[in-house]
Amino acid sequence: MSALLALFRRELALAWGRGGGPLNTLAFFVGTAALLPLAVGAEPRRLAAVATGAAFAALALASLLSLERMFERDFEDGGLDLLVLAGPSLYAASAAKAFAQWTANGLPLALLSPVIAAMLGASWTLAPLIAVSALLTGLAMTFIGGAGAALALGARRGGLLLVVIVLPLYAPPVILGSGAVEALSNGLPWTSPLLFLAAYALAAIALAPFAMAAACRNAVS
Amino acid sequence: MIAALAVDRLSISRGVRRLFEGQSLRLAAGEAVMLSGANGVGKTSLLRAVAGLLRPDAGTVTFTGADGATLDPDEARADHLHLAGHHDGLKTQRRAEEEFAFWADWFGGAAEHRAAAIDAFDLRPLLALDVRVLSAGQRRRLALARLRAAPRPLWLLDEPLAPLDAHWRSVLAAEMSAHLARGGMILAAAHDPLPIPCRVAEIAA
Repeated sequence: MSALLALFRRELALAWGRGGGPLNTLAFFVGTAALLPLAVGAEPRRLAAVATGAAFAALALASLLSLERMFERDFEDGGLDLLVLAGPSLYAASAAKAFAQWTANGLPLALLSPVIAAMLGASWTLAPLIAVSALLTGLAMTFIGGAGAALALGARRGGLLLVVIVLPLYAPPVILGSGAVEALSNGLPWTSPLLFLAAYALAAIALAPFAMAAACRNAVS
Repeated sequence: MIAALAVDRLSISRGVRRLFEGQSLRLAAGEAVMLSGANGVGKTSLLRAVAGLLRPDAGTVTFTGADGATLDPDEARADHLHLAGHHDGLKTQRRAEEEFAFWADWFGGAAEHRAAAIDAFDLRPLLALDVRVLSAGQRRRLALARLRAAPRPLWLLDEPLAPLDAHWRSVLAAEMSAHLARGGMILAAAHDPLPIPCRVAEIAA
């Protein structure tokens, strides 16, 4: 089995291992979204107006949760030394780790987001677009978040530092993703925000592994 | 293939503290060098500098191939060198078997070498266990088995003997001798004398 595939499978196994990490992330997503009706009132018209926006904000927060551990465990147990030292390039290894992180957390979150939006009163006709936007949003957030996680390695309270680093970069996908869904629900053209979101996600996939690799090299030295 | 290692006038700092200056050593195929020195003098840092994880303040690390040509250091490190230390990269919540297979995959170990590694370090009784329940010595055996599972000419070992009992020390000694006989090289930081013929390089601040 190729080394990168082995790394991807190991990361997935670790994410889904004891403790069921992604389940906690999903529960957090549901919990944050459920707070909204309590905060603004359960009146359906008022809720439906903010449903997609609230779902995307909750998605952004939920995807932050497990990022901290993305490189930290390897940094602590010395695995990161060996990932840097040998095997495929660190760029490819970082990308494989980020894809595994997205498969374990971003993918289930994206599949849940139409349900969350519908729970808050968004129309089911929006569900496919919400799912696609959430998939792309999640990809962008995971890769950018991975770069933040690598930069925060070795810092005390790294989790908090990570949030401060990446949250500003989460703004574009949130704006574009919820913007596409809003446009569709108002009968406006929705393809261009979706295409911009796809471009942002692709740029994150291509560029963030460079930052992850450089930050990991710096962390082990 | 690395056939010789030259460390020339290496100086390393950690933070603002200079660990050592002007450290040089030579290692040729079939040789072992033991790095000795007080705690904190920089033995591990020297190993990490040879592995390319740590950037020295000054000095060079040169790898030479069998034909006498200087090798590209990044390629030489990525393909021809093992680093085994206290931090073994083993995940405690995974089974020993899974972790052994992952690192063998990562270092590109062939199937017959994996089988030989499992036999040499008698890992069969451990494979079904979680890494979490292994003793320090068993865990070290699992980590050292990589050296055998994916043969590479240069071994950088940090206190390889520390948690092993007398029996496993002698097994490791036999593995090290066999590695040297095959033309391998060993650079090991240790406090106890290595159980193989070797030169001693004293590191002093």
